[in-house]
Amino acid sequence: MHPDELNALQRAAADDPGIAGFPGPDGLRVLGRRNRKPEGLRKNTGAEAYTDDLALPGMLHAKLLRSPHPHAQIVSIDTQHATRIVGVHAVITGEDLPTKYGIIPWTRDEQALAVDKVRYVGDAVACVAAVDEDTANAALEAIEVEYEVLPFYLEPEQALTAEAAAVPIHGPKREGRNGNVTKHVELEFGPVDDLMAAADVVVEGDYYFHGTTHAPIEPHCAIGHVDADGLLTVWSSTQVPHYLQRELARVLGLDVARVRVVQPAVGGAFGGKSEPFDLEFCVALLALRTGRPVKLLYTREELFYSHRGRHPMRMWYRVGASRDGKLKAVDARSLLDGGAYASFGLVTTYYSGQLLTAPYELESYRFDSTRVYTNKPPCGPKRGHGSVQPRFAFEISLDKLAAELGLDPIELRRRNFMGTGRTVNEFRVQSNGFLECLEAVERASGWKEKHRKLPYGRGVGVAGSCYISGTNYPIYPNDMPQAAVQVQVERSGRVSVLHGASEIGQGSDATMAAIAAEELGVPLGYVRVLSADTDIVPVDLGAYSSRETLMVGNACVSACRQVAERVRGSVGSALGIPPERVRLAGGWAFDAEEPTRDDRRLPIAAAFQIAEAEHGTLGAIGHYNTPKEGVHGEYRGGTIGASPAYSFTAHVAEVEVDPETGFVDVKTIWVAHDCGKALNPMLVEAQMEGSAYMGFAEAIFEHQVMKRGNPEGGLHDAPSLLDYRIPTSRDCPEFVSLIVESADPEGPYGAKEAGEGPLHPSLPAIANAIWDAVGVRMDALPFTPDRVWRALRDHSARSA
Amino acid sequence: MRETLSLTVNGDLIETSAPTHYTLLETLRYILGLTGSKQGCDKGDCGACTVLLDGEAILSCILPVQEAAGRSVVTVEGLAGGPRPSPLQDALDLTGGAQCGFCTPGILCSATQLLAGNGSPTRDEIEHALSGNLCRCTGYTKIFEAVELAAAACRSGRTAGEVLAARAEGG
Ligand code: FES
Ligand code: FES
Repeated sequence: MHPDELNALQRAAADDPGIAGFPGPDGLRVLGRRNRKPEGLRKNTGAEAYTDDLALPGMLHAKLLRSPHPHAQIVSIDTQHATRIVGVHAVITGEDLPTKYGIIPWTRDEQALAVDKVRYVGDAVACVAAVDEDTANAALEAIEVEYEVLPFYLEPEQALTAEAAAVPIHGPKREGRNGNVTKHVELEFGPVDDLMAAADVVVEGDYYFHGTTHAPIEPHCAIGHVDADGLLTVWSSTQVPHYLQRELARVLGLDVARVRVVQPAVGGAFGGKSEPFDLEFCVALLALRTGRPVKLLYTREELFYSHRGRHPMRMWYRVGASRDGKLKAVDARSLLDGGAYASFGLVTTYYSGQLLTAPYELESYRFDSTRVYTNKPPCGPKRGHGSVQPRFAFEISLDKLAAELGLDPIELRRRNFMGTGRTVNEFRVQSNGFLECLEAVERASGWKEKHRKLPYGRGVGVAGSCYISGTNYPIYPNDMPQAAVQVQVERSGRVSVLHGASEIGQGSDATMAAIAAEELGVPLGYVRVLSADTDIVPVDLGAYSSRETLMVGNACVSACRQVAERVRGSVGSALGIPPERVRLAGGWAFDAEEPTRDDRRLPIAAAFQIAEAEHGTLGAIGHYNTPKEGVHGEYRGGTIGASPAYSFTAHVAEVEVDPETGFVDVKTIWVAHDCGKALNPMLVEAQMEGSAYMGFAEAIFEHQVMKRGNPEGGLHDAPSLLDYRIPTSRDCPEFVSLIVESADPEGPYGAKEAGEGPLHPSLPAIANAIWDAVGVRMDALPFTPDRVWRALRDHSARSA
Repeated sequence: MRETLSLTVNGDLIETSAPTHYTLLETLRYILGLTGSKQGCDKGDCGACTVLLDGEAILSCILPVQEAAGRSVVTVEGLAGGPRPSPLQDALDLTGGAQCGFCTPGILCSATQLLAGNGSPTRDEIEHALSGNLCRCTGYTKIFEAVELAAAACRSGRTAGEVLAARAEGG
């Protein structure tokens, strides 16, 4: 190795705070530190390319024509005039893309462009590609669609009636059923009725979650391109490139191997980009038809209609406990408002019950959940999929129970702590830091001095939760790995990590880079990450259900260790020591027993070169698959919600309520989260703060709501970022992040998720704090001033 | 219909032609290829398109491009003014204040204006200066920290990294 190269490498190692220092108590040098993200400075200098930042020569622009009716039969579509406009290259309608798709293989009920009927205001019916957006918009105006309007249903209760069943939104799956029911799940664990009857105290409640949307700041965008060979490439702001690739191929009738999906940088997703959308199919087909690249960028308004946000949910809960506060029976019934299509709804319906059973020990549990179609934008997965709503209902129930029993609500939660082992619905929990989470928020918030002790108008509330680190089973059944990572090690010392995880702002690229640097002993700056391009990287299932750190992280560890083993072998022979004694760290390969001896160490690049000479070019693919044995129950549905590892969270929220106006000012939210092991504490805190923010926003500000009545029924009430209020920098409470680590045997270095779990407790903690402050129970969201004011008025009327 | 106009962008005097109905944002992104400024709503609600016009943070998605004629525009690409990131960009990177990074260019422009006129902004002043820039990822905490860090770095003539290291050592 040339001495200049060598010096450069050592300098880089010395500059790198994660490398030069001594290892931490856990023996790690790079992981566990607040490292910068590999793409961080690109994002901070405007150099990062998002989908709409890409432009291809000769690119056309596409626009979608959307339905003005919530429910109507399409009688005819006339595109002749539109086609004749100068600058219009193609117009497509439902007949051009008739194959149904959907993220869940058993519930494919969507078409890129509606065929026969439209099911919500905003359902796409035609798409135009033209030289520019203005021409495309003019062409939309020239398309004539004749509709025959049908009765529409904006509430699930309405969709369940016999009249609605006669004109259902989707045809029934079986004769005699109401087609408006998407899914019904009923599961019981233990003798709920007996234990409820025997309980010393039972609290009942009727709770309502109102529906919210993701509102990422980047609108969805996709570009289709077909090369001279007929190979289709779609760039898209998606968080599931692999599933998108499969569905594109299926709907377009192409060979999957001839479809490439590339995910450029994504400007926020939160679950709102985790399934295929109309625009992706349309740009693909339009590119195939015209031979030109085609881009489609949603308007902000279109995002509110594409939606897939959190389901409105009506929930009835009965919770029975013994006098000492031990939970005996939980009986839950939920009605989910699904909107016009299935989306992830089958899973949502299960999650609304299955994910509630930790961190507490429940002696018995029953849930009965029904998802119903309505003529509204489809609901789907939003951060904390399916479980934020029931957690809201349940954690308020626990607060009521504590009040009834005269127990401190934190103490009540402690008494019911499940520890590790099996949940009542038989999920295997191997690590559980919930008690530490409770303790952390109790201490940091000054809980003991505040709860029931603050002056009227001011209060604190607590809530806990549990979430999954990925799901044990992929969305389409198969036995192949859930994640894989390819690592290439080059003789200069450069390491490339090729992985399929979707970087959507959460830091998956940073996590993989840090793992590679840790395992192979190179400075972070020597690691390049290439992700989410289906032509280049191994298959990964995408950024959903908080799976990436655990699954892709494990795959990355496996790939790196395969290479490291070869390097250690070769270096061991060169230094005359057994390979087990060779350590790769800090830019060196050295003898772990005599780390400072110059003749017992080699610069890492020289070590790679020796290994390359012995073994050939260095590289490996590592993969990870989830455990299937003994991790869930064998009952039907027992696999849904089962995860390799579970994360835990506790929040305390402090609020000030103005009794005159009903305005709730959330002052501080203390968030303690058990992420197993913080591979980068900065990224973990970022997820905790972002999650708590989003929960707070749903509690106080946001409401995805449609107008009622005729003629505007089904129109979005506030489809802009001005009217759909999301918190500004002036609206947010202070977020205090408290990281808890209970290493999980299944996670890489013990790591579990941090991106979704910390959202859940925000809403019930705020509700419980409002009760502490002013004595009213807010069982229905959101806590806007008018609603809180009304609750206060009703409360004082009752007590007068 | 197109119209030619000249304006200064990131220090360069540029002569260009844009459709008459184009906004400054469209001109920057789709004609000049400066895609750093983002479009989140295209109607003045989100702040992702914020740039500096004669030093003042404005929403480029609602500014007809003619109104920028003869004036000086600085976008996120021009904030560094050289090969190294500005102290603010560096600080935002160090605190992890850019998650998805889509609001970041706008945040940087608003905060740059703040710091140009106020070397020691309070939390309240920072919150105020950023109140037109929606961020959906961060809850703003790490963004506030970054602005404070950048201010501290500029005051002490050290880099953001050095300020953090000194703090870690209690200095
Ligand atoms: S894009 Fe200009 S304010 Fe949203
Ligand atoms: S970092 Fe994603 S919107 Fe601010």
